Amino acid sequence: MDEKLKQEGLHIVVVGHVDHGKSTVIGRLLYDTDSLPQGAVDKVKRIVRETGKPFEYAYLLDAFEEEQKQGITIDTTQIQFVTKKREYVIIDAPGHKEFLKNMISGAANANAALLLVDAKQGVQEQSKRHGYMLSLLGIEKVYVVVNKMDLVDYSEEVFHKVAEDMKAFLEPLGVKPLRYLPVSGYQGDNIAAKSANMPWYDGPVLLDSLDLLEASKEILDKDLRLPIQDVFKFDDRRIIAGRIEAGKLAVGDEIAIYPSGRRTVIQSIAYWQERDKKERALAGESTGIIVRDEFFNQRGEIITTPGAKAPHVSNRLRASIFWMGRNPLRKGSTYKLKLATQEVEAEVADIVKTIDAANLDSREGAKELRLNDVAEVILSLKEAIAFDVFQEHQATGRFVLVDGYDVAGGGIVIAAEKADEGAGFAFVNGGIRARGDVFDEFYYDIESYNVTKVAAAVKKPYQVGDEIPRRGISYEYPADFDILILRDQVAVSVRQGRIESILPLADYEYSGRPLINGRGFGIKVYKAKELKEMLSVYRELASSHVEPRVKAAFANRYFFLNQYRHLQFYFDYVI
Amino acid sequence: MAMDHLDQLEAESIYILREAYKKLGKLGMLWSIGKDSTVLLWLAKKAFYGHVPFPFIHVDTKHKIPEMIAYRDRVAKELGLDLIVHTNWEAIHAGIGPDKGRLACCKALKTEALRQVVKQHGFDGLIVGVRRDEEGSRSKERVFSERTQDDGWDYTNQPPELWNQFKTDFPKGNHIRVHPILAWSELDIWEYIRRENIPIIDLYFAKNGKRYRSLGCACCTGQIESEADTLDKIIEELKHTKTGERAGRKQDQEDAYAMQKLRKEGYM
Ligand SMILES: Nc1nc2c(ncn2[C@@H]2O[C@H](COP(=O)(O)OP(=O)(O)OP(=O)(O)O)[C@@H](O)[C@H]2O)c(=O)[nH]1
Ligand SMILES: [Mg+2]
Repeated sequence: MDEKLKQEGLHIVVVGHVDHGKSTVIGRLLYDTDSLPQGAVDKVKRIVRETGKPFEYAYLLDAFEEEQKQGITIDTTQIQFVTKKREYVIIDAPGHKEFLKNMISGAANANAALLLVDAKQGVQEQSKRHGYMLSLLGIEKVYVVVNKMDLVDYSEEVFHKVAEDMKAFLEPLGVKPLRYLPVSGYQGDNIAAKSANMPWYDGPVLLDSLDLLEASKEILDKDLRLPIQDVFKFDDRRIIAGRIEAGKLAVGDEIAIYPSGRRTVIQSIAYWQERDKKERALAGESTGIIVRDEFFNQRGEIITTPGAKAPHVSNRLRASIFWMGRNPLRKGSTYKLKLATQEVEAEVADIVKTIDAANLDSREGAKELRLNDVAEVILSLKEAIAFDVFQEHQATGRFVLVDGYDVAGGGIVIAAEKADEGAGFAFVNGGIRARGDVFDEFYYDIESYNVTKVAAAVKKPYQVGDEIPRRGISYEYPADFDILILRDQVAVSVRQGRIESILPLADYEYSGRPLINGRGFGIKVYKAKELKEMLSVYRELASSHVEPRVKAAFANRYFFLNQYRHLQFYFDYVI
Repeated sequence: MAMDHLDQLEAESIYILREAYKKLGKLGMLWSIGKDSTVLLWLAKKAFYGHVPFPFIHVDTKHKIPEMIAYRDRVAKELGLDLIVHTNWEAIHAGIGPDKGRLACCKALKTEALRQVVKQHGFDGLIVGVRRDEEGSRSKERVFSERTQDDGWDYTNQPPELWNQFKTDFPKGNHIRVHPILAWSELDIWEYIRRENIPIIDLYFAKNGKRYRSLGCACCTGQIESEADTLDKIIEELKHTKTGERAGRKQDQEDAYAMQKLRKEGYM
């Protein structure tokens, strides 16, 4: 095949209810197009011979012993597949409700989908839930494939009935299937070759239908979005590294960097091999740029071009989220939100409504989300970040939520909410603002074995003269102490339980009173000289790329985990 | 001007490498000397503009094909790599070898040796050049795949991984296996080696009608019949072959789920 005629690659996910034949259809497609190494087919033959079963095309995808023994797909996989027209990555997804997180892991990588429905069983719960997830994930190119036509005597009426049912569910979601195909994965009808069993169907077979999908190129025409992934300084060059998520850039372009909106000019594009030397870079590329002005840049900021529509900057956003966690998501709890390369603490300020993805019923006033629930929520972030609305920019308009150690939720941004002035700041004194988790509660969750943090109930930042809560459920501070918020370089002095001053750290003088940091941990410093030393070590760590273990060593050297804080077991608190 | 298939794979791999470097603590790259780790080394150089900001680890079973060791030492010197070579000497002194059963041998000299080196150096992340199309259990891998204290892989309950948001939070003592070339096929690897003109060990090129398609221990790695003595010929051969890449690797053939069992306990 002529490489140059080939179209851009497509990632296609196959979804649908458990046992409706997703893995079988993919296996058959690969088998009929001779896309598998002989070894793979022989291996399946050997396994079915040993177990005395008929040949299972699904085993070509379901590689785990547990999957084959139970006849069910547990986890997603991807396989390359080539036609005359282009390259594909076909993604198999599990249909069982229990493995929805794996289905999502597969589908999130796709730009098109085959929604499979068993002709005999018709539309089932996961057919709908998966259809809903496709709409949420922004996958617009969808074919409905009615499988197992052999079990309904290749009946045209049954096909139309199933197709109609699926269409009726999808249309209100804004998912408009481009095609409906009747096939039998097991018998090979209408997979790679036209079936003699369904003369009433005059459309293209599955294989040819794939080639009729069009890859969208619009990502290149969008405004530039380059989230900063890292800043390298291996030699005398200072390289801002990241992947271009939308649009393009060129040497000499003026750029704006958000959230700050600061501007500079691209001086050059870094390269290692001569063949990679270039003046322009496009969406999809992992690039590195050198800019004219060396101000402090860091991971998470988003680069765009001035004049283009800028990303939103706010500390509140409205989103549709899906929950994949074993532990419920609770209103009022905080999670780590990861959006492009930004990470920020997010509190679930409100659960606006929950939607049952299998029947589209919606409900208001929920206090928590359980496994596989979908909801519209308001998230309040510890600090303002740059982001887009998903409809406009997918890569910078979607995020995951981390609960403890695992990604437990995913979401897409529906809208930016008005930034909450002062929210996200624990202390404010005119222009001096500082974050801090001093009054948040720390719990040890006996279900997940994780330490979790719950934001303090008071939402207004503290000002000079305010009384502070000296005692919480999991902390107790003395009457007189100083709070040093290192990341914002602010010092707060508390005397007799009231805030006496909020100053830039540079103007702070060691008072001899107990010191705590922005998270409520006691600082192991007892002399002005020791403080100076600690601050200079901190500055060094903050200004360069250091391993988390180095930061942990710093924390262990300088902070007490449990001088003022006393971790509590967490079982059920009232929101 | 649009990106082609190899450009896309390269960009994705570089993104993954940079993510590992930024988000994981102590990081090392497993270097098996074969084509995949050679491509990985190349991608690392691209990702970090000629620098390689982490050490390379070679688990030496002392059963490797001798040319591999000579090549390893030469390349490490030429490129100035920070190379850690580790061998499970206790097992070798205890007489473990392929004659004691292939799986037992793999477990002791590779899995256990790897565990020792991870413990010794306290790695939080290990970059490994496995690919989905190699064999079944690898086809189901995540890009960032967690291993427990004792190297276990909880493969029936993997956490979600979406939108390039990888697993970067995990308890101390566990580590992450990072798989930057998971999406590449064997053919992609060779086409990339040709496109980028990457130097590669000559055991892959046919001599006297035979060549290696996959490199491992001398005792368990067979050669294939082949006349392919240039990159072009290897690529042409792969486009038409019907045998699997690891067909010459004897440990895979022990039982239908041999690799899954080995990898569940920490094998790469
Ligand atoms: N008669 C008939 N059986 C089929 C057809 N397609 C699949 N099957 C059978 O249906 C069963 C389930 O098929 P799979 O391919 O494993 O289904 P799946 O949708 O991948 O299932 P999960 O991944 O577990 O959700 C297997 O026993 C297949 O042989 C078909 O077209 N006709
Ligand atoms: Mg399946």
